[in-house]
Amino acid sequence: MNWFLEIIKAVLAALAVFTFLAVVGAMLGVYLERKISGWIQSRLGPKHVGPQGLLQTIADTVKLLQKENIVPSNADAITFNVAPLMAVVAALLAWIIIPFGPAFGRVLVVRDINIGLLFFIGMASLIVIAILLGGWSSNNKYALLGGFRSASQMISYEIPLALAVLVPVMMAGTLSTVGIVEAQRGGWWGIGNWFIFGLPGNRGLIVPGFLAFVVFLTAATAEVNRVPFDLPEADSELVAGYFSEYTGMRFALFQLGEYAEAFAMAALTSVLFLGGWHGPGLPGIVWFFIKMFALVFFLIWVRWTYPRLRLDQLLNLSWKGLVPLGFVLVLVTGWLLV
Amino acid sequence: MLLDWLYVAVFAVVGIIMAALPLAVVWLLAPRADYPQKRLTYESGVVPFGQAWAQFNIRYYLFALVFVLFEVEVIYLFPWAVVFREFINRQLGGFVFVEALLFIIILGMGLIYAWRKGALEWV
Repeated sequence: MNWFLEIIKAVLAALAVFTFLAVVGAMLGVYLERKISGWIQSRLGPKHVGPQGLLQTIADTVKLLQKENIVPSNADAITFNVAPLMAVVAALLAWIIIPFGPAFGRVLVVRDINIGLLFFIGMASLIVIAILLGGWSSNNKYALLGGFRSASQMISYEIPLALAVLVPVMMAGTLSTVGIVEAQRGGWWGIGNWFIFGLPGNRGLIVPGFLAFVVFLTAATAEVNRVPFDLPEADSELVAGYFSEYTGMRFALFQLGEYAEAFAMAALTSVLFLGGWHGPGLPGIVWFFIKMFALVFFLIWVRWTYPRLRLDQLLNLSWKGLVPLGFVLVLVTGWLLV
Repeated sequence: MLLDWLYVAVFAVVGIIMAALPLAVVWLLAPRADYPQKRLTYESGVVPFGQAWAQFNIRYYLFALVFVLFEVEVIYLFPWAVVFREFINRQLGGFVFVEALLFIIILGMGLIYAWRKGALEWV
């Protein structure tokens, strides 16, 4: 094996995924968020920069590039500077295992790691550490509270997330994302074998399959700090939560990490439960993007539909609702499979 | 196999460089007008009162303890879930299922204990 060539390929892949995240995840994500929010609230949203306001985010980025970089004098400077980088790197690493669909005779995925899903969950929890570091090192009370809330929220929702992942893993018998999507091939119109509908010949699994989908989507919303689980950055109580003290580009890096993570969660939801790139008619990659954007739209829709939870409600929902439900779902899936 | 982790390492390095690049641009472009008041942390307009690094609520610690317990349990369930189908094909499904059932019941009792003792109450 030519290691040098492989390193070059890896660097190119990393640059491609980073560009994809910056353009689709951050630029388009922020634009969609603002445009759909505007639509839901009967206003127009951004519309002046570029056609239909499409270039608004680029203008914002250029503005942020010219902003002064302020490190509070009593902050822990090293940790303060490392935290946003860590958020971006964790989100970028999570995208390694996301399969986009078939292209050029192979599946378009950076690496089909054999423990892919475990790796993804690990990277998703790395963002918690970035947020906690950012909140703590700012030496600001709002930021510290945001960091603590984020830590307690994410450790609570990581367990239901992992338990909901177990259900498709048990149905497919693999942790590789490509393997999981391949196991959902075929069926009625290319839809019938999605894990949300159970397995062919074992339709009772539709119950744990669908409930695991709901648990996963709820826990994923909490993991990426979106409303109604946006307590870490609750802007009406904590200024901006853990990134109150971040200015200019480092604030943008946190945003990039968060949007990249939200898109990764949406993509993984479709991989696990909605058949990945499988669907009737259209090419695989088109289906992948349709499902991913549909789930991102769902996240934005939820934002303007539900109010923020209280911290005790949030913890109760996880520990007294989703965690026991997750264990029951794993057992029911096992029972139905045997 | 090893190649997978080479990619992970390269992604981490490239990620750090690409994320640090805009910061370098900021260092070149952004204005600098520094004065002590600007470097104060934000506290709704007043001069910050004391440090933020104070004692925090013990409840965070309790939740962290319960989390460690159950996260480890879930991690142990992952290899079980992966090989489950293989054991079913070898007619050992029921046996392997009961094993996991016992494991989850024992730790489920732990969850009930924590619940009854009030470790999961916030207030």
